[in-house]
Amino acid sequence: MPDHSNIEIALGPCFFNWPADRLLDFYRGIAEEADIDRVYLGEVVCGKRMPFTDAIWPDVIEMLTKAGKQVVLSGLAQPVNKREREILRQQAGYDMPIEINDLSMVPGRAGLEFTAGPFLNVYNEASLRLLADRGATAWCPPVELPLVSIQKIAALVPEVDIELFAFGRLPLALSSRCYHARAHGLRKDACQFVCDRDPDGMNIATLDDRRFLATNGIQTLSDAVHVAGVTSGQLQATGIRRLRLSPHSVDMAKVAGSFRRFLDGDLTCDELNADLASQGLPGPVCNAYLAGDAGWKKATLPA
Amino acid sequence: MRSTEAKQMELVCPAGTPAALRAAAEAGADAIYCGLANETNARNFPGLNFSPEELADGVAFAHRKGSKVLVAINTFARAGDVDLWREAVDTAAQSGADAVIAADLAVLDHAASNHPDLRLHLSVQAAANTPEAIRFYADTFGVKRVVLPRVLSVPEIAALNKEINVETEVFVFGGLCVMTEGRCSLSSYATGKSPNLTGVCSPPEHVDYTEDADGRLLARLGGFTIDSFEAGQAAGYPTLCKGQFTAEGKTGYLFEDPVSLNAFELLGELSKAGVTALKIEGRQRGKAYIAGVVGAFRKAVDSLSDGGDPGPAIGALKAFSEGGRQTAGSYKKTWR
Repeated sequence: MPDHSNIEIALGPCFFNWPADRLLDFYRGIAEEADIDRVYLGEVVCGKRMPFTDAIWPDVIEMLTKAGKQVVLSGLAQPVNKREREILRQQAGYDMPIEINDLSMVPGRAGLEFTAGPFLNVYNEASLRLLADRGATAWCPPVELPLVSIQKIAALVPEVDIELFAFGRLPLALSSRCYHARAHGLRKDACQFVCDRDPDGMNIATLDDRRFLATNGIQTLSDAVHVAGVTSGQLQATGIRRLRLSPHSVDMAKVAGSFRRFLDGDLTCDELNADLASQGLPGPVCNAYLAGDAGWKKATLPA
Repeated sequence: MRSTEAKQMELVCPAGTPAALRAAAEAGADAIYCGLANETNARNFPGLNFSPEELADGVAFAHRKGSKVLVAINTFARAGDVDLWREAVDTAAQSGADAVIAADLAVLDHAASNHPDLRLHLSVQAAANTPEAIRFYADTFGVKRVVLPRVLSVPEIAALNKEINVETEVFVFGGLCVMTEGRCSLSSYATGKSPNLTGVCSPPEHVDYTEDADGRLLARLGGFTIDSFEAGQAAGYPTLCKGQFTAEGKTGYLFEDPVSLNAFELLGELSKAGVTALKIEGRQRGKAYIAGVVGAFRKAVDSLSDGGDPGPAIGALKAFSEGGRQTAGSYKKTWR
């Protein structure tokens, strides 16, 4: 047996507008996947999509829980209207693990445990401490925060589990405007849900045809796929206890398997990148946010 | 004469330099916002902002002119260096400023705990746009005013004001963030410089212009070609979210056209919506711009409450927008 690392693997919430039956199939596959310890689910990007998937979540939660996964309900990142606010208010009271992506939800949680999600602006030890005092027991830092900052925070707030965004197109921005609708000559209020045409986001290129970004409704993501090839030893030294893989249309069970082999020391960082690239990613591999550089670049990470 | 009618909306004006602060005060600003010359504020550009001494002098000058001074300490503190942001709050308090504008929980906490008499405004960078989020900041830190992110329409602002007990301030003129303020990492993705952390968006040291084979000028940010201009056409600054891109085989301004915000025509509606203060963007602007825009808005706000003709003031404002094109942005629901 190889030396089994104790770094966990989590599956983040799906950012994209996948139809309900696709999501059901997707999570059925995840339930059978041993390498994934924790699953975040729920709509985090656009409240307009919620009615299409609301009905499936109880079954998905039951299925994943039975399979031994820790299931966490992720909250909407930018609630605007009354309906969305009411949904967040109800979810805040649920007797199950939740992830908060907008501070709107903190008072409603009333001190019960929660995960502070990557959409919250938590950039330092004092703000994490403040949320820990209000129930935060886990934290996924904003994607632009470098490892050196995460390490400082982890050392000063050791009681909070830190989960690193480790795989996927980077969630870079939110807006009140829907770029999918705009690109299709529509408005958000009559969007025809055109975001469902792009299961990994709509590719955006620069004027000289260089791939750059991707949009997903009101969200803008990177074109490149962030891969945190940080070894188990280095993750432990940094104070990171879990990696988060963000769902894409590639085989996520296979992606999780690659990360597990990497964490176990069976793959080098270069081998992990090559292995993932061969699986048909929506963009090239990037990672330089972790080194404090421009996110689209590829940096050499501490081994 | 400035009206003293209680319901008149307060005019909050930018100052990137002591000269701009004096210009804003003399042009009739009710309040002037500015920042210290470091990464604690969201307009951290070379040659801008105030030393502690300049801030104290500026506060004294503004107070003599009847203007308040609000100090923006509205970036998110760097891990391990939170004291730099705490010291900025202490400096603002010592300067006699009327309020601090902050976004970071750590900065708000320091101000509330150590300077209980210092008025706190929630920066737009906190992106608090629901009654629940705003009440969280009010209940936790005693925040008295929230600067609203540009995600709400005017009717939504009116509904929000009915549900909260803190004042609201809205941007009405100047540069327009297309993404939700404080929730955008596009600049750091392209250049490594994060607006949230360093107060710089689309930084000039990452901008370059090259000419292509057809004589067009290409504007690049972090090496990415963001915009293109025909020979002889005035070249704009390549702010990432206002560039041209290609998607679905079509090329154009995918996120937003190169327009600036002018919500002047909505001032009456904003007043009815219960908005307390109107904010003008532009701490990077020179004193002539500040004097012109503030003066025009002063006349406009006064004529709004006096029943005068705001037409000439509107005309004067148009000359101050980038490229002359303006939008009311998210205040009109169709923008989305």
